[in-house]
Amino acid sequence: MYSITASKNRHSENMKSNRFIIAKRRILKNYDLYLLFIPTLAYFLIFHYGPMYGLQIAFKDFISIKGITESPWVGFKHFERFFNSYQAWPVIRNTLILSFYNLLAGFPAPIILALLLNQTNNRYFKKLVQNITYAPHFISIVVIVGMMRIFLSPSTGLVNEIIDFFGGERVFFLANVDYFKHLFVLSAIWQNTGYSAIIYLATLSSINISLYEASIADGASKIQRIWYIDIPGILPTAAILLILQAGRVMQLGFQKAFLMQNPLNLEASEIISTYVYKTGLLAAQYSFSTAVEFFKSVVNLALVLTVNYISKALRQSTLW
Amino acid sequence: MVAKSRTTQDRIFDLVNYIILGAILLSVLYPLYFIIIASFSDPDYINSGKVWLFPKGITLEGYGRIFRDDSLIRGYRNSLVYTSLGTTINIILTLTGAYVLSRRDLYGRKLFTIFILITMFFQGGIVPRYLLIKSLGMTNTIWAMVLPQAIMVWNLIVTRSFFETSIPDELLKASYIDGCTNTRFFVSIALPLSKAIVAVMVVFYGVWHWNSFFDPLIFLQDEKKYPLQLVLRSILIEAEVQSTMLDDTETAAVMERIADMIKYGAIILASLPVLFVYPFAQRHFVQGIMVGSVKG
Repeated sequence: MYSITASKNRHSENMKSNRFIIAKRRILKNYDLYLLFIPTLAYFLIFHYGPMYGLQIAFKDFISIKGITESPWVGFKHFERFFNSYQAWPVIRNTLILSFYNLLAGFPAPIILALLLNQTNNRYFKKLVQNITYAPHFISIVVIVGMMRIFLSPSTGLVNEIIDFFGGERVFFLANVDYFKHLFVLSAIWQNTGYSAIIYLATLSSINISLYEASIADGASKIQRIWYIDIPGILPTAAILLILQAGRVMQLGFQKAFLMQNPLNLEASEIISTYVYKTGLLAAQYSFSTAVEFFKSVVNLALVLTVNYISKALRQSTLW
Repeated sequence: MVAKSRTTQDRIFDLVNYIILGAILLSVLYPLYFIIIASFSDPDYINSGKVWLFPKGITLEGYGRIFRDDSLIRGYRNSLVYTSLGTTINIILTLTGAYVLSRRDLYGRKLFTIFILITMFFQGGIVPRYLLIKSLGMTNTIWAMVLPQAIMVWNLIVTRSFFETSIPDELLKASYIDGCTNTRFFVSIALPLSKAIVAVMVVFYGVWHWNSFFDPLIFLQDEKKYPLQLVLRSILIEAEVQSTMLDDTETAAVMERIADMIKYGAIILASLPVLFVYPFAQRHFVQGIMVGSVKG
């Protein structure tokens, strides 16, 4: 039926209505798919686009009884207040330091683990190390931070017992401004390295075996094989993962920073998201905190787009 | 073949490699092991550094004290309810959404995908989200635990990729000819072929709900509705001991000792369900990552 109508109507206006008919036919044909999709659509509309609508309070003075729409516009007032406040710079700096430190230290760890695991000849040992190292990934952040408090306790913690045993001075790690970032990053490495290594191990196992056979025939040592076969083999995967992670740098986890926080380390542990939580939900400065987080989201979006652009450029020229 | 060409250098490498991996293994395993033995040990031995390899002064007092107060058990029960209901909703929505998005003949598929992907890169933020949940009247109810995270975009994309790659188009065409509707095809043909991804998603979402901390923190005010992680927070991090766990006559020093015991026991109890599913889950986790990486 469609081809008959198409041949009859040659004018552009009719072509348009033709496209409409085709679209209608395609929609009608799969009408039940659209029905299946309604819950998903509704979910994203309400729970994701809803808050986006609420973002306007960053430019308003939100008054509860008036609601989001009726509250008066105030322009960039809240942004100005944030950038003029003495907290702005420390909070931004802490977020950046923790994010980049986390990224730079956390990124090579799973690669090294995967390379080492790939070289073990003992299959059972390999499996054992793998299964144990990705177990911490399942542990909740609350428990991780709770364990840190137990092991790092200045009076009874295992770490301080060891320091004490070797005649050192006991350290109150969690109350120390300088140690905070190291603890934050090291615990992340402890928790995530094994899990992140999975993808590298899979990439390594997909490397063509004849490369190894040829290199062994040529007398290459294991270190040479790692250097000339393994590393170039996982480089494309590593590059993509690095780029993806770099795009997520500003979305630093709220939970761990918040749980590790105490009045003594606040100077180093207050990041944008914990600051937003406190000013927004605890102190009920809704508009102000929304403005602060909006700033973060915009920076983050800019990062994601830049990183996406770089990755596209790279994929075209070097990766493939 | 490999063994023949082993050189001295390789042997040294192997040795160093095993030592490094062994050290990594221990650094992950020992803290976990220590928590287990500490939970059965007398805190006096632990605090004087005498518990290393085996529990000393074996006692179940810590566990006993935990069960004296119902906050942890209540948290446990709440978490079980939130996790099972939440995961069920997650699975239904993610599977249907992902299946529809995987259909290449769907008109407007690209528009829908963009509509969803945008939310991955830009969010309204904590406060607008809180205000929304509040205006929907969901704060302090179970709905705030299960609906705001009903679909996670990344999981949706992974599931879509799975459907795209593992349900052949020919199957769909053949069923069409036999007069099968889309819904019927999805339920009786596509789903039975997708048990692997369903398992992966149950694990992903289930662990997420069980470990979830942030949503309960901002959406729940009533302590009776607190899930396990919030109860754990007060025990482990705020070092709060419920008065019912103590006897009236106990001094500050004794209280601290008991607080320590309770911590170890609480960690073990909280991690039990995860440990229980771990052998089953770890296989699927690996699968899940691989499906996701095929088309990230």
